[in-house]
Amino acid sequence: MSEETSRRRFLTGAVAGGLAAAGAGSAGAQDKGKAATAIKSNPKNQPPNVPSWSKVLGDGVATHPYGKPSKFERHVVRRDVEWLTASRESSVNFTPLHELDGIITPNGLCFERHHGGAAEINPLDHRLLVHGLVDKPLMFTMDDLKRFPRVNRIYFLECAANSGMEWRGAQLNGCQFTHGMVHNVMYTGVLLRDVLREAGLKPNARWLQVEGADSAGMNRSLPIEKALADCILAFKMNGEALRTEQGYPLRLVVPGWEGNIWVKWLRRIEVGDKPWLAREETSKYTDLMADGRSRRYTFIMDAKSVVTNPAPEAPLRYKGRNVLSGLAWSGRGRITRVDVTLDGGRNWREARIDGLVLDKSLTRFYVDFDWQGEELLIQSRAHDETGYVQPTKDELRKVRGVNSIYHNNGIQTWLVRSNGETENVEIG
Amino acid sequence: MSRSARTILLLAAIALSAAQSGAALAQASAKKLGLGREATAAEIAAWDIDVRPDGHGLPPGKGTVKQGEELFTALCAACHGDFGEGRDRWPVLAGGHGTLKNDRPDKTIGSFWPHQSTVFDYIKRAMPFGNAQSLSNDEIYALTAYVLHLNDVIKDANFELNDKNFLSIRMPNADGFYDDDRETAEKHFWNRKVCMKDCLKTEPKVTGRAQVLDVTPDNKTAPRVD
Repeated sequence: MSEETSRRRFLTGAVAGGLAAAGAGSAGAQDKGKAATAIKSNPKNQPPNVPSWSKVLGDGVATHPYGKPSKFERHVVRRDVEWLTASRESSVNFTPLHELDGIITPNGLCFERHHGGAAEINPLDHRLLVHGLVDKPLMFTMDDLKRFPRVNRIYFLECAANSGMEWRGAQLNGCQFTHGMVHNVMYTGVLLRDVLREAGLKPNARWLQVEGADSAGMNRSLPIEKALADCILAFKMNGEALRTEQGYPLRLVVPGWEGNIWVKWLRRIEVGDKPWLAREETSKYTDLMADGRSRRYTFIMDAKSVVTNPAPEAPLRYKGRNVLSGLAWSGRGRITRVDVTLDGGRNWREARIDGLVLDKSLTRFYVDFDWQGEELLIQSRAHDETGYVQPTKDELRKVRGVNSIYHNNGIQTWLVRSNGETENVEIG
Repeated sequence: MSRSARTILLLAAIALSAAQSGAALAQASAKKLGLGREATAAEIAAWDIDVRPDGHGLPPGKGTVKQGEELFTALCAACHGDFGEGRDRWPVLAGGHGTLKNDRPDKTIGSFWPHQSTVFDYIKRAMPFGNAQSLSNDEIYALTAYVLHLNDVIKDANFELNDKNFLSIRMPNADGFYDDDRETAEKHFWNRKVCMKDCLKTEPKVTGRAQVLDVTPDNKTAPRVD
């Protein structure tokens, strides 16, 4: 049975409840050709019957030495957009935000962005070199680094190009693709300033070059003030070792700043008196304005939010009670408030924030509402503790034009039709 | 001091005491933990591959446009095209002069990159794609010369680029960049009063739809409710 056929059958079978149910998720482009059959329900396992799992033994403790999600969650995966890039080694995939809740992103679903593939590094062979304008150049093993005092911090990481395809208008019809280049995990590591102190900074130290050990040799210039303020050399995420694709065994954490500077597979820190102006801070990750000039050093990720349910991949399925859910974050500090409109901006209400509200972290919000099948135009608007209020896309375009690629933190609009189907749109 | 540097300093001042400057830190040697070992000069030399716009890190060496053309044809043209025009979706390296204000700007090395050191630095660390750090310094000088020749930055087809004349080159878009000014240029995004009730004079209208474009990978298989 082809994927299309199975899906159609599933949808047909599910229409019984009035409004049709959405599939258990759609298979990604990369799943095509595989036997990705949609999950079907079985009345024999429903009340008043005794379901099969209540009768037979389940898996024993030795079956899954490293646990995976339930097979019924197999559609919850990172996806990519094949036409975006020339190769999959210098490319990006996206976190399925519409399938997640709370504020922590599971490690295996954190979006990937690399420029030369994910380097696979034996931690015993990995070294961090600190040199340049220091009293004594130092070479660290992973074990050396783990002997510095440790810290645990939860931070969001957003690619500067998140929502970058949307500058000219609504383009990608999915929350995963419009906003999925963000994740939020707890890092364990050591403070960069402690490691720099060990080498001893010269008085004229102003910038660091941070460099990865991958085949892109990713290098960025980091101002010394930020390096000394809150940057972390991280070796754990959500309690376990960094995943290969997130920089195992060592990555730089630069809270609130664009993801590109969070160098993965960190192998070298050179201390200097000037910035390096490498490719990823000149040709890329600079913001071309309408007048033909470009902003550089636009490190901070401004306040942003998105409704993750409903979304194009997560339509409304039921009339009556519904839960709207979303995420807000700011690279300048804490989220203080999120407003939500269901009618395209005529009227707004303050969303209910639930869970931890942390500095430079994803923050979860909800609106519990009743729906009778009327058309909705849903938007969310984040406020942060510096007083910044998330702008509309048109307000951003007015200042920046449409060619800046990066830092699109404009307000997202979802159109929900009377049948619950949801689409990425722009309104005016 | 630039505006963005001021902003960064301000941020830093919030996060830690102002006394914790590089100088103060350097003096705090009493707190050293004795971790790591001294790196040798040979180790640093082998890994220190970066090149800055002021010539810091530029290695001795030389290469001509002509030598660069041969290398480019053999190692680079499969992706970037014989003249840097870019094949498929691989980066376009040449052309696009004067297009930065256009509706569809062409950001190439010649039209956009502010510093020639970036070309050298990037080729040295990351090219050829899939065989990084395989080129000699002379080969990188030659390739840099050829790519700059493709962009009319180096006009003489017999030019030899070397560590002595490297800094004499000026890129067309060298002055095209300015420091992050969001806190002034976008000041109006801060501390504004937001309307919560009866905010629009006219009905909001849908002006653009993602489904019309139909470029989303899952578009044909996404959950539909029809």
